[in-house]
Parts: sequence; structure tokens; C-alpha cells
Amino acid sequence: MFRHVLFVLFVTLISNISANGSVFYNKQTGTQDTVSFKSPFYEDNERCFKCHGQNKYEYNNENLGRQVKASMFSERIINRDKFYQSNHKSFSCTDCHSSDYENFPHSGELRMEQMYNCIDCHGNDEKFAQFNFEEIESEYQKSSHFKLEEEGFTCWKCHGPHDYKISIRNTSNLKETILYDNNICLRCHSHYDQFQLLSEKEEINILQKHEWLPNQETHFKSVRCIECHTMVNDTILVAHLIKPKEEAVKGCNECHSRNSLLMSSLYKFQSKEQRQDGFLNGIILNQSYVIGANRNEYLNIISILITGIVLIIIIVHIYFRVIRK
Amino acid sequence: MYLYPIWVRLWHLFNAILFLVLIVTGISMQYTDMKDYILMVGFARAVKWHNIAAILLTINYIIFVTGNILSGNGRYYKIEKKNFLADLTTQVKYYAFGIFKGQKHPFPVTLEQKFNPLQKLSYFLAMYVAVPLLIISGLGLLFPETVINRFIGISGMILTDILHITMGFFLSVFMIIHIYTCTLGARPTSLFKSMVSGYHEPENHND
Repeated sequence: MFRHVLFVLFVTLISNISANGSVFYNKQTGTQDTVSFKSPFYEDNERCFKCHGQNKYEYNNENLGRQVKASMFSERIINRDKFYQSNHKSFSCTDCHSSDYENFPHSGELRMEQMYNCIDCHGNDEKFAQFNFEEIESEYQKSSHFKLEEEGFTCWKCHGPHDYKISIRNTSNLKETILYDNNICLRCHSHYDQFQLLSEKEEINILQKHEWLPNQETHFKSVRCIECHTMVNDTILVAHLIKPKEEAVKGCNECHSRNSLLMSSLYKFQSKEQRQDGFLNGIILNQSYVIGANRNEYLNIISILITGIVLIIIIVHIYFRVIRK
Repeated sequence: MYLYPIWVRLWHLFNAILFLVLIVTGISMQYTDMKDYILMVGFARAVKWHNIAAILLTINYIIFVTGNILSGNGRYYKIEKKNFLADLTTQVKYYAFGIFKGQKHPFPVTLEQKFNPLQKLSYFLAMYVAVPLLIISGLGLLFPETVINRFIGISGMILTDILHITMGFFLSVFMIIHIYTCTLGARPTSLFKSMVSGYHEPENHND
């Protein structure tokens, strides 16, 4: 027993002394993907990336009879590395874009090209049935974001077709995934130049708006925005119904409790592999720790037993003191 | 007999109040599902008051340790190896049997020996083992970035948390026993009065 106490003491001391224990972390960075993945369309795509993969492009202007250098419009630049790490990395550019783009200079009409939405490819397809894109689409249509469709909001605003990668499923580093996912929201919600393209609202300061939240920094690092700002739907993997701000989760108990909301959102994917050693919501322990949601049933029972025994001894003691007086 | 100087009494008073706040708020955080029960405060309020009380308790503890060193009050907590186990057994036997037969306390309170062997042991464990562990682990929970991420495959936070709640639990049980044994003085209320006035009432007063 004494050895156990010493061990726990040792762990705690080490824990508190070591300012950052991340050296124990096996960091899996996305760049490994690039190394291992070789697109079958790499050469074809390079013909596009030659101009669209960088800030400037060069071409031979026949009218002027000379090479012309110009800067590439920032919205037309596709990051090669990010593309080859993204979900769509195995695609050829012309799978989605017109093959007319192979001609240069591009015809002006191509600007009117109809762009696909997620559901156009992913809907009603057996291959994607388990992800239930139809339900995602219908949830999205009920969400606050859908109201901005006329202003130009699309799936792509969050899930960039050229760079988005699924991260929450099978993640090995939850903190990194949380950061990635939250940055999707912050791309507009903390950058007014982007935000004002879709909304007439004045600039919002996220930190100020969340001032009421205790341990703000820890919360922002440990959970995704969507944990509180979406309506959980059990038939899809990630909730897509963004609620109006008035309906966001504000009660601590929603997460900090035995029936933690996080079990059906952030920890949904790992919850199947729950640890079976007496910890309630054991999966949360593998990644982090949530006060009120992690509880050890055995320790609970032991503590109630000890308290009970102590109280009984006291009552018996009082009884003998009274009758022996 | 003037036994408890004013600084000890004030420290003891603050320690008691802060501990009660920490127990109530601590249980409220652990058992959030039972927020509607008596004494349970809401999670947000519990976190806030637990943090405030914990920092005050830490300051109070530093005062206690410093005071013990400077005033010599710390000598009462020193456990002498010689005969300690035998003395401890004598004290336990007294509480279990002797007390009902009207026997005298085997280790009466004197200026040289404020605590009986059982008190010495339990007070030493509480104040010099459990409370420091409670404070260290508590600081770890208050500043999660200082806690190691994983230790032998388990989250460092959960180990720190288990240590914290275990120490908190033992100290809560200690408090229950402590309050009860304080009724075992010359009269059931005399030890409580001592902790207010500073004067210890000798056992034979009541004889």
C-alpha cells in the first residue's frame, strides 16, 4: 500500500514539475501523408498547378509576342501539399472542373461553370451510405449557416474541396484534431474580412463573447466549437445543425456530468472502445479529463463504505458512552 | 492551562471554514447529476468557490507551517520512535474500552505534550502528508498545462484527479472523526470551548 502511495506521489510530482509533457506524445503530422501518397494524376494536375499552385503565372502572349508574368489571384491558388493530404487527393483536377480548362488562355465562359456541392457526388451512393450525406444535407438546411446560402454560403466554406481532410474519425491526436476543426470556424468567425463577405453583422470578438466561460483557454483547446453550437444527431457522425447563438449549450452540467454530452459528440468515435475498468465514460480518460464526467465506480463504493463504517463506529461509541455513564 | 495561542486558534478557525466550503463545493463538482440535492451548489458556482477557498487554504497552510517552525508549535507533531507503537495501542485501547470504564486519559494534556499518540499520528498524516498532496494535486488541476499528458498510458490529469479526490476524501473522514473525538474531553463541549478561549480544561475538573 505504502509503495502505491509513493508511486502516486511520484507521478504527481513529476506531473507538476514537467512543464510540458508532450515529449511523451507520438505526434502524427499530416505531412507524412504527402510522402506516402502518389497521385495517379500527378503529372496531369501539374499542368494546372504550374500556374495555380503559386503566386505568379507566366504565359506567352501571342498578341504582344512576348512572355507575360502576372500575379495569381489569391482565391485561385491551390496549395499542392494540402491538396495531396486532403480527402480528394486522388482526384484529377478535371474530375470536377471542365476539361476545357486544358486550353489556355481559359475561355471566359468557364467562369460561369456550375460548382458541385458535397451532396452532388456523395448523395445517394452506396459507397458513402454509412456517412448518411442525405441527413447531413437536411440538417445543414435547418442550420443557421443555410440562411446565408443566398449570400454565397456553401458546404465548401467549411469543407474546402481542395484541402479538407476528415480528422475526427480514428484520430490519434485529439488535440490536433480539435485545433484543425476549430480553425475551420475561426477562418470566418475571427477574420472579419471573410466574415463580412457573408454577413451584415458587425465584427464579433470571440474571446469577449465567451468571457462567461470558466477556464476559457482550456475549453478552447479541449473541445470543438460545434460541441456547444450544434444539435447532436445520432444518425450522422458529426452534427451539422448549427444552432442560433441563443440556443448554444451554456450549462456546465451538459458536459460535466455522468451523462456527458461529449460522449455523443467529441468522443463519439472512440466510445465504442471504452475502457472497461470501472471508469464511467472511460474513453474520455484516454484523451483528457472532464470533471464530473469521469468517475470511478469502485472508488465511489469504497468511499461510501468507509464513511458508513466510520459513522457506525461513532454511533456505537456514543451509545456505549451514554449507557456506561 | 493556556494551550492554544491566538494564531493557532485563528488558523484553525479559517482552516475549518475553508475545509467545509471545499468539501461542499468538491462534492458538488464530482456529483453534478445531483445538483438539486440539499447543500449541492451549481457547477459554475462550485468551481469558482472551490478555487477561491483552495487558494486561501494554501495561504493558510503556509502560515501554519511557518508558524509551527517559528513558534515551536511544530514540536507537538514530532513522533518519537521510542515506544510509539505501544503508546498508540494504549491510546486506542483507551478509546475502545477504557473510556467506558471511567478510566483516566492515558496521556493527559500538558504543555509539553499537547497531543496523545493517536492525535500525533493522525494530525501528522493529515497536516504533513495529506494536505500537501491535496495542495500539489489541486494546483495541478488548477493549472492543467503543468500536468504531464500521459503516464504509462493513463492520462496524467486523471492520476492527479484521483490523488486529489482520495486525499480530499480521507481528510473529510478525518474531519468527521476529529469533530467526534473533540467531544471526548472533560465534558463533551470543553474541547470546543478550548479552541475558542485557548484554555484547556483539565480532565479532573469534572470529577
